[in-house]
Amino acid sequence: MAELTYRDAVAAGIAQEMERDERVVFLGEDVAHAGGVFKATVGLLDKFGPKRVRDCPISEQAILGAAMGAAMTGLRPIAEIMFSDFLAVCWDIVANEIAKSRYMTNGQVQVPLVIRTANGAGSRFGAQHSQSVENWAMMIPGIKVVAPAFPADVKGLLAAAVRDDDPVLFFEQKSLYSFKGEVPDGEYVDELGKARVLRQGKDCTIVALALMVHRALAAAEILEKEHGISCTVVDVRSLVPLDTVTILAEVARTGRLVTVEENPRLCGWGAEIASIIADECFWELDGPIIRITTPHIPLPSADQLEDNTVPSVERIVREIREKID
Amino acid sequence: MTTKAKSKKPAVADDDIGSDIRLELFRMQLELRLCEKRAYDLFLQNLIKGTSHLSLGQEAIAAAFGVAMRPDDWTFCTYRGHAHTLARGASMSGVLGELMGRECGLLGGKGGSMHLTDVSKGAMGSYAIIGAHLPVAAGAAWSAQYRGTEQVAVCFFGDGTTNIGAFHEALNFSVVWKLPVIFVCENNLYMEYTPISAVTAVEHPAADRASAYGLEKIVVDGNDADAMYLTASKYIARARKGGGPALIEAMTYRHSGHSRADPGKYRPEGELEKWLERDPIKIYRERLLGLGIVEATLNDIEGEVMQQVNDATETAKASAPPSLDGIYKHVWADGGAAWRN
Repeated sequence: MAELTYRDAVAAGIAQEMERDERVVFLGEDVAHAGGVFKATVGLLDKFGPKRVRDCPISEQAILGAAMGAAMTGLRPIAEIMFSDFLAVCWDIVANEIAKSRYMTNGQVQVPLVIRTANGAGSRFGAQHSQSVENWAMMIPGIKVVAPAFPADVKGLLAAAVRDDDPVLFFEQKSLYSFKGEVPDGEYVDELGKARVLRQGKDCTIVALALMVHRALAAAEILEKEHGISCTVVDVRSLVPLDTVTILAEVARTGRLVTVEENPRLCGWGAEIASIIADECFWELDGPIIRITTPHIPLPSADQLEDNTVPSVERIVREIREKID
Repeated sequence: MTTKAKSKKPAVADDDIGSDIRLELFRMQLELRLCEKRAYDLFLQNLIKGTSHLSLGQEAIAAAFGVAMRPDDWTFCTYRGHAHTLARGASMSGVLGELMGRECGLLGGKGGSMHLTDVSKGAMGSYAIIGAHLPVAAGAAWSAQYRGTEQVAVCFFGDGTTNIGAFHEALNFSVVWKLPVIFVCENNLYMEYTPISAVTAVEHPAADRASAYGLEKIVVDGNDADAMYLTASKYIARARKGGGPALIEAMTYRHSGHSRADPGKYRPEGELEKWLERDPIKIYRERLLGLGIVEATLNDIEGEVMQQVNDATETAKASAPPSLDGIYKHVWADGGAAWRN
């Protein structure tokens, strides 16, 4: 085990897959010579050369379209969209082309590619560079959606995404890039579609994703120590496929569900989980489902405004105390 | 395309195309024409539902590329893509069956008229969002370049596509990466219902933009199968050898409206009639006769193609509706549609 930052785990995951498989190529804006605006892909150009690690013009449709065409014809591209907000610029390629082609062609076309993108708040970049848009992706049939919280998951899930024959949208939470954690040495591949139970309690089950996992864990500590509320924390890790088996089991055990979501409220991923729990686990519930989300507003920029918009540790503690005591 | 001529006896001496290829071009244009006409008839009989965008009048372009391309080259086309898909050798019953929503359809009834695809023939899809497939074609070309296979991607689109961002992104990208991709604008003078000249800053919506991307201006008579074939062959060969992309604007005219719903009433009186005089098949037939090909040969081809269309129609009509299991198949690579465990 080595300690890596979340950012270094990105480069480690890409490098591992490029070493293994010559069909893996990597393209995006400022990803090669500059090593990425978040420095998450430093060293890849030197290691794999300009044929496989390619800087692109600011042309998101061309980047994802080219990745799709290459994937359809035998390559396994990893494409970077610098900020997840920019997915709106090329959403046709994601939602209409990449996601639907296999189905529309009755299985003739395969699009094995990974779209990596920096998602979420924490950097005070304002509403067009800080949104959490994982719920946009979750609504589209035909695309897998992954959002790791820890460096080991970055490497392992990125490797799994590259090896997957379906398109995967891989959300990296930008304020986690400097977070450090243990990453297994050598070749490391995880499995898509598996949630992880990070701690078990008896009073409620908090289901969270990416940055919110860290805040849920911190909140669970405080709730346990200071308020005697004992929480399970589940890291969803993958929205599609969704590990409902793990979530249903953990909610059934504690009798309460709390989702902690960075995406804006309406049609946030937690709404789907709440619906599944209400359908399939209703009689195990001891009280209403609690959704803690960013409010349904564009994200503001200033420190205090952003901090009071995205769910904080304090807010998670407060809402759970108010509603579960 | 597997029947490509290895120069048997040339009917016309000193000709740069040769009679075998010319007969192939004639046959293919007829296949596209008669199959499209049949599609229209089947609409009128309510056997084809949904929408449909016919290539009647534009056949020379798809046919010329179909004949000029290598079997392992790739085609990307638009929702007006019946002709381009057939021109790669996709089965007629597969095309008509898909339009009729039958099990024998190329896509098992899941795609419909606007998404015809036959990967086994290099027909890599018909894309119904304007402009989307230009970058996709560039990506296929990148894959060919990366793997050193000398395959070429050909991307067909209409004049209306030249005003959407993806067109410009794809051109710039393809030139910068020197990709083996040929962009073919079929300028039929109308973006859907509006004259392209009314909404475009330049006279030639594609060719006049070429210089912005360091490409030469290429305007071809899209109703002349020979001119199209020579142009296609030249730029495909150049791309195959690493010479990079080309943007070709082929001037043509659609005989019918934009889609099934459009009778084309916005066209000035006499315009259609003028273009019918320049019907690509009519002028090609006259040319072949002028080059000394005997009429009986052409009559035989016409008879064979009509028989082929009739047979394909019967096959498609006899095919069952798709099985309902198909609804939940092929969302994912595992063949299924499960999004949860």
